[in-house]
Amino acid sequence: MKVSFLDKLDEKRLGLLFVIPALVLMAVVAAYPVFKAFWLSLHRYNVKVPDDYAFIGFENYTRILGSAHWWDATKTTFIFAFASVTVEFALGLCMALVMNKGLGKATGLVRVAVLIPWATITIVTALAWKWIFTPTSTLTWMKTVMGWFVEESCMLCGTWSSMFAMVFADAWKTAPFIALLLLAGLQSIDAEMYEAADVDGASRWRQFVSITLPSLKPAILVALLFRSLDALRMFDLAYVMTNGANKTETVSMLAYDVMIKRLDIGLGSAMSVLVFVLVLGVAFLFVRFLGATPEGADEPIKKTRKQKRLEANVVGAGVQG
Amino acid sequence: MSAAHSAVGGAVPLSRPVVPYAPAASSPTFWQRVRDLPWTGVGITVLVLYCIFPFLWLIRLSMDPSASGALLPATFTLKNYVAVFQNHDFLAAFFNSFVVSGSATVVAMAIGGSAAYALGRLPVPGKPYIMFSVLCVSMFPGISIIGPLFEMWRSLGLFDTKIGLIIPNVTFCLPMAIWFMSGFFRELPRDLEHAAYMDGATPFQAFRKVMLPLAAPGVFTSAILVFIATWNEFMFAMSFTATNASRTIPATVSTFQGENSMEVPVGLISAASVVVMLPLLAMVMIFQRRIVSGLTAGGVKG
Repeated sequence: MKVSFLDKLDEKRLGLLFVIPALVLMAVVAAYPVFKAFWLSLHRYNVKVPDDYAFIGFENYTRILGSAHWWDATKTTFIFAFASVTVEFALGLCMALVMNKGLGKATGLVRVAVLIPWATITIVTALAWKWIFTPTSTLTWMKTVMGWFVEESCMLCGTWSSMFAMVFADAWKTAPFIALLLLAGLQSIDAEMYEAADVDGASRWRQFVSITLPSLKPAILVALLFRSLDALRMFDLAYVMTNGANKTETVSMLAYDVMIKRLDIGLGSAMSVLVFVLVLGVAFLFVRFLGATPEGADEPIKKTRKQKRLEANVVGAGVQG
Repeated sequence: MSAAHSAVGGAVPLSRPVVPYAPAASSPTFWQRVRDLPWTGVGITVLVLYCIFPFLWLIRLSMDPSASGALLPATFTLKNYVAVFQNHDFLAAFFNSFVVSGSATVVAMAIGGSAAYALGRLPVPGKPYIMFSVLCVSMFPGISIIGPLFEMWRSLGLFDTKIGLIIPNVTFCLPMAIWFMSGFFRELPRDLEHAAYMDGATPFQAFRKVMLPLAAPGVFTSAILVFIATWNEFMFAMSFTATNASRTIPATVSTFQGENSMEVPVGLISAASVVVMLPLLAMVMIFQRRIVSGLTAGGVKG
C-alpha cells in the first residue's frame, strides 16, 4: 500500500486539513465580500466613472432610506414573503394530509408529481405561470376566469393581481417541498396517540389540533424560518414574471439593477448591506422565537442545546435551493 | 406505518360509533354520504394534476403553431424543438450548465464531504463555532455578495468564465452538503473505525477505505441535491456572465427574446424550457426515493 503524507496525520490534524478548504472558501467567497460590500457602500463608486471614487460616509444610505422606490420595494418584499409563506404552508399541509392517507399503488406517481415543482428551474416556473396568467397564451377558460377579476384578463397588469400571480407561482413551486417535510413529520407520529384519542371520543378536528399540529411544530418552525428567508431574498421569479413592473420590484431586484445594470457599485452595495441586515434581523427574530419554547425556558443550558438542535434541523429544510 | 395510520385516520372506523351497544347504522344521512365519498382519491388526483399542470401547459405551448386557447390544439408541430437545437445560444448554455453544475457538484462533494467527515467524526477544535458559521452562510442573501465578487472577478479575470461561476456555486452549496453529510457520517457506528485502527489503518485510511464507501449513498444523495441547486442557480449566472462563454441555462432562457422585442417567441422558449427540464425530470424519476429522504432528513431528526 502506498503511504502518502495524509497517512502520517493523526485524527486531529486530518480533521483540520479536511475542514480548512471549506472554511477558506466560505471566508473568501461569502464572508469577505460582505465586509467588502459594507466598505464599498461608504464610497461613491460607479464602474462607468472609475475616476470618481471617494469616501462619502453614510450618504448612500441616507439616499436609499430617503427614496420612495426603496420603501416600495421593501413593502413588496415583505408582503410577498408573508403571503407566499402563508399560502405555501396551508397548501403544503393539505397536500401532506392527503398523501398521509396511504397512497397504495399511486405512491411512486405521487412522489414524482410532487417532486416536479421542486425540481423545476425557477425561471421555467416563472415563465410557465407568466404565460398561464397572460391572456394571449393561456387556456380559454383560464382567460374567462381571470376576466372575472381583472380587466381584459391581464393578471400581470396591476400591482395586486401581479402579486397574486407571483405568490401563486411561488406556492406552486415550494408547497410540495413543504408537504414532503410535513409528511415525514406526520409519519413519525405514533399511531397509538390517535387510537387513544378515538377511545376518548375526541373529534377529528380535536385530534388534528391536539396531536397532529403539536407533533409537527418543530418541522413547521424550521421550514418556516428557511422559507421566509428564501422569500425575502426572492429575485428570479419576479425578474421573469413581471421584471419589476407595477411596483412588484423586490429589494434584491432593486439592488441587482443598481449594481449590475447601472454599475453603481457604491449605491448598490449599500442596498445589498441593507438586504443583508433585513434578512439577518428576520433570522434573529425567528431564532429567538424558536428558542423561546416553554420547555427550554426553565433551564438556560438546556435552552441553548435545544436551539442548537433546532439549528441542526434547520439546514435540512433549507436544502431546496 | 401507513397501513396502521390509515386504519386510524381513514374514514371507515370513525364513521361508526365506538360505543359497543349502539344500534346498527340505519340508512346514511346526506352528510355521511358526502363523507364517505372517495376523498383521498379525489385529493390525490387534484394534487397530481396541480403539480404537473404548468409543465403540461409548457409542452402544449411548445407544440402548438396556432397559439389557440383550447386544451388541445388542432395541429401539432415540432419545429420549435428543431429550432432550439439549432440555436447557438441555447446549445452553448446547455453545455455551460453541464460543465458548471457538474464540476460544482464534484468540487462541493470533495470539499464538503471531507469537511463533513471531519465535523461529523474527527476531533476538530471549535466544532460548534464552525457548524454555526456554516449555518450562517446558508442564510446569506446572494445579493449581498455579488457587488464585491463582481469587482473581484473582474480584477482576477474570472468575470464571464465558467470557473467564476463554479466558485460561488460551490461555496453556497457547501452548507447544505456539509450539514447533510456530517449527519450521515455521524450515524455510522463508532466500532468501524476502531476495527480499522486495530488492523493498523491510519485515520486517513480509515476514512478512505472504511467510512467513505459506507457513506456513499449519503454522498450520492447530496450530490443530486447540489446538482439540482446549481442547475437552478440564477442570480450568479446573471451577474457574473456576459456571453455564451459562461452563460448557463437559466440566464439564457430568461434573456431569450425574439428579434422584435414586442413579439416574444413563446413556442421557442417553452420548447427550450421543456428541453432543459428533461435532465431534471429524469433525475427525479430515477432517484425519487433518495431525493425525498435527502430533503426530509434534516427536517424530522431530533
